[in-house]
Amino acid sequence: MTNISVPALARVEGEGGLEIVVSDGRVTEARLDIYEPPRFFEALLRGRRYTEPPDITARICGICPVAYQMSSCAAIEDACGVTPPEPVQKLRRLLYCGEWMESHALHVYLLHAPDFLGYESGIHLARDHPDLVHRGLRVKKAGNLLMEAVGGRSVHPVNVKVGGFYRAPDPAKLTALIPAIEQARQEAEATVSWVSTFDFPDFDRDYEFVALRHETEYPITQGRVSSTGGLDITPAEYDAHFTESQVPHSTALHSALDGRTYLTGPLARYSLNSGNLPADVQQAARAAGLGASCTNPFRSIIVRSVELLFACDEALRLIGSYEPPDPPALDVPPRNGTGYGCTEAPRGMLYHRYTITEDGTITDAKIVPPTSQNQKAIEDDLKDFAATRLSLSHERLTWECEQAVRNHDPCISCATHFLDLRLTSGQPAIQAVRRT
Amino acid sequence: MILVIGIGNPARGDDAAGLMVARRIREAAAPCDVTVAELAGDQLALLDAWTGAREVYVIDAVCSGGTPGTVYRFDAAEPLTAHFWHCGTHTFSLADVIELARALGRLPARLTGFGIEGATFEPGAPLSPEVEAAVEAVTALLLRELRENRSRAG
Repeated sequence: MTNISVPALARVEGEGGLEIVVSDGRVTEARLDIYEPPRFFEALLRGRRYTEPPDITARICGICPVAYQMSSCAAIEDACGVTPPEPVQKLRRLLYCGEWMESHALHVYLLHAPDFLGYESGIHLARDHPDLVHRGLRVKKAGNLLMEAVGGRSVHPVNVKVGGFYRAPDPAKLTALIPAIEQARQEAEATVSWVSTFDFPDFDRDYEFVALRHETEYPITQGRVSSTGGLDITPAEYDAHFTESQVPHSTALHSALDGRTYLTGPLARYSLNSGNLPADVQQAARAAGLGASCTNPFRSIIVRSVELLFACDEALRLIGSYEPPDPPALDVPPRNGTGYGCTEAPRGMLYHRYTITEDGTITDAKIVPPTSQNQKAIEDDLKDFAATRLSLSHERLTWECEQAVRNHDPCISCATHFLDLRLTSGQPAIQAVRRT
Repeated sequence: MILVIGIGNPARGDDAAGLMVARRIREAAAPCDVTVAELAGDQLALLDAWTGAREVYVIDAVCSGGTPGTVYRFDAAEPLTAHFWHCGTHTFSLADVIELARALGRLPARLTGFGIEGATFEPGAPLSPEVEAAVEAVTALLLRELRENRSRAG
């Protein structure tokens, strides 16, 4: 058995590679390689106005801009000692539902399902099963429409500001979305049933899960930072428990919780909060074979589908009770201080911290995306998963290891940025190379 | 309808090349039956963006290791045999979206793509001089084609 090296992983957001070292029939090392110099955006934010992070950080990722906007707003409002009123919070949650719908539909249908159905990519799946892919795209589009109606446009929403929104959407505009979201809800329900029929390897893990936890809500925009290991803190206490360190093979930082490896994302959110899902969503989860928690990363596709159903459900509930916030945003005067914000991006907890001066200049910024938090847990998954499968062909094992990475929907663009690619000859034949 | 779509991230240096072409086409008063659109982020949105368009031009940045400012052109009538990469923060490259659209029967009747090789994709960086020149060149070429098409059609 030789070592496995995949220089550029397919179907992860951004670019990353994986490397597994096998020695004397044992896996001695598993590395998720992430390529680009990190933290550009943190540096870019220093010296900028305290009102700018929602717009600037939304550019970090094309898939989860709302997460960046929401965590940055939460942190800056915390620094300024302001809490937006409930109608603003609800509208933010509604916008975030749109992003969960978009991101989860994309991952379930085009990035993850092909692994279980034996297709090389979502494109190959679409050739044989266009109806399935059309269904996924319809659900995704319902999320786009929601993002457009609340956020002003479907990617990089322009309506979000510190304190709330530039403009509250007209209730009729949101009501008009109900048929599309109702259809998406039905199709999400069908999605949950569909993915529950896939074959899943027996691979339960002993993760320490980290997610926001809220007394009554399934967490999206607020909650305490909690873990299955007993952590229960406010976002302001994050830095006292979570540390980041550099590792040689990756330019994304590795996170640890009091020195321990942990996992954030749908599995963690679900396992810490499944009791807060609406009864019908819990029922769908049970029917799909999920218990109150889920520790098999391959089954994350079911959890993501359950969250997709929840996001549709929640969006319908929020539209049903919508009252335009008036004014659409609170005035947030700057003051000297540091603020902390955590929200649940589709891929897991996203932490922002900003220090601002009295005149509203940012002097320090810290952003910890979910993928860099999960990097070590993904490597541990790979190491243990590969160890049980060394008898497989090299090709098969490589495929399964890539799948083990995709289980976590890593957004390597967020954790770092991108990788250079080299054209070998002419225009089509392209090979991934590491940035030098 | 003829549609020109510029793709890119305006906050990432040369990644904005496609967006810049789209803006310049718009500023240069493209023929009236031409619609200009900009797309940042999720490229799957192309599937909806080009629905109903007869002829579509897509302009995107590329980082393939070639000389910065190099312009690649392709016609989507031919399957793209490999990835024509966009190196921004996207799950799907432009080639992926085109092939997905082909599989789903959602490709426009005519689709022409332009890729502009970037030099720098650093956050906050301006367009590099090479890409600035390429943006000018693609804009001029595209405007000429759009006007010729129009006069042929008219």
